[in-house]
Amino acid sequence: MSQTRQAVAGSALVEVRGLSTTLNGKIIFDGIDLDIPRGKISAIMGPSGTGKTTLLRHITGQLMPDKGEIRVDGRNVPKLSRNELFDLREKIGFLFQNSALLTDFSVFENVAFPLRQHLKLPEELVRNIVLTKLQAVGLRGAAELMPSELSGGMARRVALARAIVRDPMLILYDEPFVGLDPIALNQVLRLIRVLNDTLGITSILVAHEFSAIRRVADNVHLIAAGKIAAHGSPEELANDDSPWTKQFFGGESDGPVPFHYPAREYAVDLGFPAAAT
Amino acid sequence: MPSPPPRERGPSMIGDSLAQVGACGLFLLGILAAIPKSLRHIKETIRQIWFVGAMSLVIIMTCGLFVGMVLGLQLYYVLSIFGGTAALGTVVSLALYRELGPVVTALLFAGRAGTSITAEIGLMRATDQLAAMEMMAVDPMAYVAAPRFLAGIVAMPLLACVFNALGIFGAHLVGVTWLGLDNGTFWSNMTSSVDVWKDVVNGVWKSCAFGAVVALIAVFQGYTTPPTSEGVAYATTRTVVFSSIVVLALDFVMTAFLM
Repeated sequence: MSQTRQAVAGSALVEVRGLSTTLNGKIIFDGIDLDIPRGKISAIMGPSGTGKTTLLRHITGQLMPDKGEIRVDGRNVPKLSRNELFDLREKIGFLFQNSALLTDFSVFENVAFPLRQHLKLPEELVRNIVLTKLQAVGLRGAAELMPSELSGGMARRVALARAIVRDPMLILYDEPFVGLDPIALNQVLRLIRVLNDTLGITSILVAHEFSAIRRVADNVHLIAAGKIAAHGSPEELANDDSPWTKQFFGGESDGPVPFHYPAREYAVDLGFPAAAT
Repeated sequence: MPSPPPRERGPSMIGDSLAQVGACGLFLLGILAAIPKSLRHIKETIRQIWFVGAMSLVIIMTCGLFVGMVLGLQLYYVLSIFGGTAALGTVVSLALYRELGPVVTALLFAGRAGTSITAEIGLMRATDQLAAMEMMAVDPMAYVAAPRFLAGIVAMPLLACVFNALGIFGAHLVGVTWLGLDNGTFWSNMTSSVDVWKDVVNGVWKSCAFGAVVALIAVFQGYTTPPTSEGVAYATTRTVVFSSIVVLALDFVMTAFLM
């Protein structure tokens, strides 16, 4: 861990205060407060449509909130100019759910892309850095393959190598476990933990798979109904008996999160006039 | 169950169209602002010139040849009525340089290169590649939009010149080789009647403008398409339709000013 990182270790890298967002008339966040501690792996969990990915987009400045502050490394993201935002993003890695590899480029060129765009490095150094990162994710041998030749798990690992190629201070993972077989899942879990610890970075994971999150995350924030419904270590949340945590971690089909999407009375929709009165 | 309200047409359609034109104008300003930054990615611009230019050569050359042959045949027949077949080379070359070359090349360019630009950028949006670039602090306007826009402006006049050359060759093939017009008459009348600045250069200006318009529409449609397969399909269709209409309308306006 660098001296600077050590000096501020323990404080929050990402601070969210009074965040409110409405999308298409639906309240996504209703004044939430959230701290992501430095050097830790924090998981954001919650039912589908509660705004987990939206939160990542706020943190990276892809989407501006209606109200509130989002401070990343002390900088208030909604107030940053485009150039300042790009400066900040150079220190952030983002792993997209679908990997988002550039389909015209080989695996090597995908990982080299951020280096080539921002740094004028000798070709030999670029090659060494890229091969080091590919070695870290176990895909040095796949450097010459095209994205279309990769499996889902391999594409996710290439995207991870690309995300860490510039040694970021923060990595955001959007649904990194979706569609992975148990072997690929274990590989990705191990990589997240190892990279976080060896590079001294901060990680934010958005995921649904609590069994995977328990194995890798240091703390969990459960978002529901526009609020932080619960937060704590995975074990604390697993033993929490609030209705939200019980339904979400117990996988119950009905509860505070209703099974049915809001609708009119069933009988009215079926055309029984007596039911309408 | 109540039926959904009828979709508003009339005023909302006009409003939507005007909004699209406004958005496209702002998008153009964004591209122009990104051009200095895009010059750092000059290799990408050259790759796009190859992609939209060199890769369109086959269709441009084939169509140019056949358009020239048809022109030669039709005009030879019409001119022979008045005993003026000697003017075949002049009439064909003026028609190609001033109108048919730039316009038909632009329409073909929209169908061949415009659609592929739209589909490529639309799929990049659908698969989060543009968002990934943003997240890597790489401006997609400078890396994706501006190089394709510049490539359109550079490639179109070159393609129009190739189209004209093949068109004249086609007319020569029909008029001289097939129908027996004198070779010297064909070329000498053409070279004495065609003015480089008024005819050839004006055609090149038109091609540059058409290239800019088609590339702008193609990039804009791809960039703003909804990230679905249906959205990409509609966007490619709109590229051809809008490009064709705008090219023909712009041709009239430019002809009126350049005459």
